[in-house]
Amino acid sequence: MTWALVFLALIMALVVGYLLSQTINRKPWLANDPLENLPSGMPQSISPSKLGLGVLLAVITSMFGLFFSAYVQRMELNDWSRVQEPSILWVNTVVLVLASVAMNQALRGARRDDVLATRRALIAAGLLSFVFLAGQLLAWDQLRDAGFYMRGNPAAAFFYLLTAIHGFHLIGGLWVWGRTSSRLRGAENVGEFRLSVELCTVYWHFMLLVWLFLFALLLNT
Amino acid sequence: MAYVAIADRDDPHAMHHPKSFVTRYIWSQDHKVIAIQYSLIAIAVGLVALVLSGMMRLQLGFPDTFSFIDPADYYQFITMHGMIMVIYLLTALLLGGFGNYLIPLMVGARDMVFPYMNMLSVWVYLLAVIVLMASFFVPGGPTGAGWTLYPPQAISEGTPGASWGIILMLLSLAIFIVAFTMGGLNYVTTVLQARCRGMTLMRMPLSVWGIFMATVLGLLAFPALFVSAVMMALDSLIGTSFFMPAIVSLGETSSHEGGSPILFQHLFWFFGHPEVYIVALPAFGIVSDLLSTHARKNIFGYRMMVWAIIAIGGLSFVVWAHHMYVSGMNPYFGFFFATTTLIIAVPTAIKVYNWILTLWRGDIHLTVPMLFSIGFIFTFIHGGLTGLFLGNVVVDVPLSDTYFVVGHFHMVMGVSPILVIFGAIYHWYPKITGKMYNDFLGKAHFWLTLLGTYSIYLPMHYLGILGVPRRYFAMGTTDFIPESAQAMNAGITISAIIVAVVQVIFIVNMIWSYFKGKDAGGNPWRATTLEWQTPQTPPEHGNWGEKLPVVYRWAYDYSVPGAKEDFIPQNEPPEPGVVAGREHGVEHT
Repeated sequence: MTWALVFLALIMALVVGYLLSQTINRKPWLANDPLENLPSGMPQSISPSKLGLGVLLAVITSMFGLFFSAYVQRMELNDWSRVQEPSILWVNTVVLVLASVAMNQALRGARRDDVLATRRALIAAGLLSFVFLAGQLLAWDQLRDAGFYMRGNPAAAFFYLLTAIHGFHLIGGLWVWGRTSSRLRGAENVGEFRLSVELCTVYWHFMLLVWLFLFALLLNT
Repeated sequence: MAYVAIADRDDPHAMHHPKSFVTRYIWSQDHKVIAIQYSLIAIAVGLVALVLSGMMRLQLGFPDTFSFIDPADYYQFITMHGMIMVIYLLTALLLGGFGNYLIPLMVGARDMVFPYMNMLSVWVYLLAVIVLMASFFVPGGPTGAGWTLYPPQAISEGTPGASWGIILMLLSLAIFIVAFTMGGLNYVTTVLQARCRGMTLMRMPLSVWGIFMATVLGLLAFPALFVSAVMMALDSLIGTSFFMPAIVSLGETSSHEGGSPILFQHLFWFFGHPEVYIVALPAFGIVSDLLSTHARKNIFGYRMMVWAIIAIGGLSFVVWAHHMYVSGMNPYFGFFFATTTLIIAVPTAIKVYNWILTLWRGDIHLTVPMLFSIGFIFTFIHGGLTGLFLGNVVVDVPLSDTYFVVGHFHMVMGVSPILVIFGAIYHWYPKITGKMYNDFLGKAHFWLTLLGTYSIYLPMHYLGILGVPRRYFAMGTTDFIPESAQAMNAGITISAIIVAVVQVIFIVNMIWSYFKGKDAGGNPWRATTLEWQTPQTPPEHGNWGEKLPVVYRWAYDYSVPGAKEDFIPQNEPPEPGVVAGREHGVEHT
């Protein structure tokens, strides 16, 4: 559970730190604070959607952190035997990195208000993500051909489970991606879609990060 | 200072007001309607769990009398009673119900930040409830694994509902977690982003603080339940061995091998202990507001109350293994968890002292909400103190599997939050419906419930010290359980049935008052918080009419010297000559 605890300690430190910074010197029972000094919500620069996504990512991180700590705990038992990871995973990793890079290009295009560049890069990112998912399925195939099933081998069971959970989260992202890119098709300027592109980019970088952690964990155990 | 657009958006026409009955009351995106939907579903499913507990008590009080309860039924009743009460009633009612109703009104927002997702949340919650209820009608019935669902027995042959019931339970929990996450994103974002002008974090009523922190805990802790549910479902359906060890049963070896049931326990309680505070923190917050309002006095030590909520939230993640002392662990581990468990009692005790000091020399009005709040202080102190017993390894080991634990946790997280929920329903009923409830029926409900629950759970501590084991279908004849213990069990059952029947008074009162009650007016309790200052009662869609409120003071300006009345609403501008606050004349310069 150490992983989960380290992660939670970090999150809780963030939450507690923020709350303390907001509350430490306040004397709310005094009504003479001039109104100008009293903020309402967070500063304008963070939109509610961004904060919402941030909270969602914290929840997803908590889930993966707990999966990882379950993995590490289960590893310590006697019947653990290593799985030979399919080499195609390296290719998949490169593809997912490229998807993330393309997302970044889309974001840059959106910031320049260049609809065409944004759409191209966005579509490239989505297609690369589909290629990544197909690659993951191939990896499953190879692993099964090598004789590793969910039954009988806990390492293989974790492999299938964790890649599946990661894949499902990517598919969830692709649903939002599909909505954003189809609405962008007829758009004259990026304007109102910039936020969507930005949220997609953050999510893709995050999914890449999760995959890199997951891949490193799978390779080393 | 830059302000958030939504927090300062005055124009209500930007919101699309619903036109038809369906969009107004069924597919509604209004946080108040969603809150009522959440509450009604939660109360309905809670009544099912209440009936189940009655059936269990019948068996325990009068064994060999009721032929329609066999051991398998009994375990199914235990399991479903526990899970429904903890998750589908308390969590859903306190966060989905009160969270939804109170957050936007108390922080001065028009609605939640993501209303559509809020609507999805309640319907997905209903789906989770339907899936759970469906397990009563599948072959084998619902799972009888106990509410903790420990493997291996949860998915081993011989346990009731080991094939269908457990899968539906896990599925329902996973769906519930999705629903909760959608709601939780809303609560956190709304508190952080949509507060009206002047509403600093330190001016929020403690109800909002409690609900906010509980939501943070829920968002981080529910994934642990999700993870364990997914892995257990795979163990059961596909035959993996995440949790399932090799088992030899009746000479046959199972197909599982090498899994760790203890791993499940860690994951489960990593969720399970924060869950206690997910239920407790909103109750703490709400009861603080009720006490302050009905004692006409500011809450004692507001800042300490806020920091205690934050501290309890942080600490609640490092105490989980105190539920696992009897599973066996490294003694240093046990020492660590016993220490953290005792440390968490410190902020909790601060809260209890502050409630009592709020009452001290207050102008106490013994209204129905106040009675329930004072009742809560009693039951919570009681349950909290027995918690200190059980937090110590050497005391816990002999008591862990006895009725002492049943008495403890029902006192601390059954009766206590339920008393707050009743108090809160009576307190906000005039705002929700515009009508006043019947005071006599409310008081009768309080006294019968408080005395009734005490006569259920107090004797259980004694049974536990005698060594009467919990979870047993029937005690049989043993040397260490005297005849008198059986008499006590019968008495407990009679009390339990009386308490269950008494709840009819509450339901009748709520329904009758809705149609025939006296008009309550906008602010019957003369309270300071924003929800009592809405232009309409009940508040209409958008809450505030044309202009959003502006907040000038904290939520606890009661009995301010020199003020016209004994309360000053949060949105009332400062008046020259009246110095608000506890330490006026000292700190005011």
